[in-house]
Amino acid sequence: MANKKSNAKGGGNAQSFEIKVGLAEMLKGGVIMDVTNPDQAKIAEDSGAAAVMALERVPSDIRRDGGVARMCSIEVIEGIQRMVSIPVMAKVRIGHFAEARILEALGVDFIDESEVLTPADDAHHVSKSDFRSPFVCGARDLGEALRRISEGAAMIRTKGEAGSGNIVEAVRHLRSVIGQMRSLTACLPEELPAQAKEMRAPLDLVEQVAKTGRLPVPNFAAGGIATPADAALCMSLGAEAVFVGSGIFKSDDPAVRARAIVRATTHWDEPEEVLAACRGLGNAMEGIEMETLAEHERMANRGW
Amino acid sequence: MRAGAAWVRVRREKDLDGIDALVLPGGESTTISKGLARVGLYEPLESFVQSGRPVLGTCAGAVLLAREVENRPVRSLGAIDVVAIRNAYGTQVDSFSAIADADGRYPGLECVFIRAPRLRDPGSEVEVLARVDGWPVFVRQANVMATTFHPELTEDLRIHRTLIEQISV
Repeated sequence: MANKKSNAKGGGNAQSFEIKVGLAEMLKGGVIMDVTNPDQAKIAEDSGAAAVMALERVPSDIRRDGGVARMCSIEVIEGIQRMVSIPVMAKVRIGHFAEARILEALGVDFIDESEVLTPADDAHHVSKSDFRSPFVCGARDLGEALRRISEGAAMIRTKGEAGSGNIVEAVRHLRSVIGQMRSLTACLPEELPAQAKEMRAPLDLVEQVAKTGRLPVPNFAAGGIATPADAALCMSLGAEAVFVGSGIFKSDDPAVRARAIVRATTHWDEPEEVLAACRGLGNAMEGIEMETLAEHERMANRGW
Repeated sequence: MRAGAAWVRVRREKDLDGIDALVLPGGESTTISKGLARVGLYEPLESFVQSGRPVLGTCAGAVLLAREVENRPVRSLGAIDVVAIRNAYGTQVDSFSAIADADGRYPGLECVFIRAPRLRDPGSEVEVLARVDGWPVFVRQANVMATTFHPELTEDLRIHRTLIEQISV
C-alpha cells in the first residue's frame, strides 16, 4: 500500500522541482549535442552547444549494430565532464533507476531516461521526483509528456525517430503535443476529466495545461534533426531548444555542421541567417525513410 | 515583464537602439560568450554599459560583467570590479536555493542558484547589496548590477524593480 517502502529512489535528498526546471530554462534557445568522447564534447562546446549528451554510441550506430544499448561508461562521462564547462547530460535505460543513481552520484547535470537505449522495465519509468538530478524524457503526444512530468521530469523532448536523420517524426510529435495543448485551452472545465482519461494523464496537470496552454516544463525537440533547416523548422513549430544526435558526428564536417545548427537555432526566425548557416556544410548524414523501418525497429515506440 | 516593463530580445547591435535598461540573463557563460563573439555584440554591449544606462546581469550575466573570470575564463565586459568564479558550487546536483543574509538590504530574499558562480574580492567602488553565507550575491557598481542567483525564477520582484527604478534617475 501507500506506506510500503520503495528502493527505487535516488541517493541524496531530492531537489526541488523549481531548481530542476531552472536549469532546463537556461538551455532554451540552445542546442544539446550527442557526443561519444571528450574530443567530440570539445568540438560541441566550441561550436556553441548549450550542453552535451554523453552516450556510448550515437543512435544511428545503435540502430546499425544492434545489441543491448546501455548507459555510457563512467570513464567516458568523467572524461567529458573534465573536458567541458557546459552541462553534461547522460542517458539511462527506461526504468533503470540504478543506472540513474550512478549518474546522480557522478554529478551529471541532467539525466535522459531515453528510448534510444534498450528499455530495462517494460511497464514502469523511473520515479524521477525522488532524485536530486533533473530528468528529461521523450514524448510523442501530450498524454505521454504529462505522464513523464507527473513522474518528475523537468524537461520534455519529442522522441522523433532517433538515428534516422529524418525529421518527420519529430514534427509529428511536436505538432501533436502543441496541438493537443491548444485544444485543451478551448475545453470547458467539466470536459477535462474525460480528456485526462482519454490521454491517460493526471487531471491536475491536464487542468494546468488547459489554463496556461503550455507545459509546466520546457518543451524541446529531438530525434532526426540533421540540418540547420531541420533545427529552424522545430523552433518555428514551437520547440524551445533542440537536441541533435547522430546528425552532427555522422556528417562530413562535424565542427562546421555543429556551428551551423547552433546559428540556425538561435536565429530560426531570420531566413538570411539560416541561409548563411547552410553554406559550405558538406553532406548531411544519410537518412532513413520511415516506411522502411518495421514497428519493432522504431525507438519511439519504447516508453509507456 | 512581470515587474511592469516592456521588453525586447537583443540578438544583434541594432536591437539595442532605444533601450532604457539591459538584462544579461542566465544561461551557460561559455555558450553566451561564443554567441556574443559570433554576432559581434561585445563592443556594442561595452558601449551600452559606458552609456550609463542601467544594466543587470544574472548568473552567467554576472560572469560577463565581472572584471576577471576564474575556472575556465570567458571574455567579460569588466563593468564590475569583482572576480567571478564560474560553477563555483559544482554541477546541477549541487544547485540550491537559500535566503539572503538577514543583515543585507533585501531581507527574506529567496535566491535560486543554478550551477552558479561565486563573486570574490569586490573593489572599493562595488556595493554589496545582498549576501548568502557571507558571499556577495547581489552587487552594484555605478549603473551596473549583478546577481549570482536567478531572480526571475521566484515571485519576488524586488531585484527587477530595483533595475526599473534606476531608469533615467
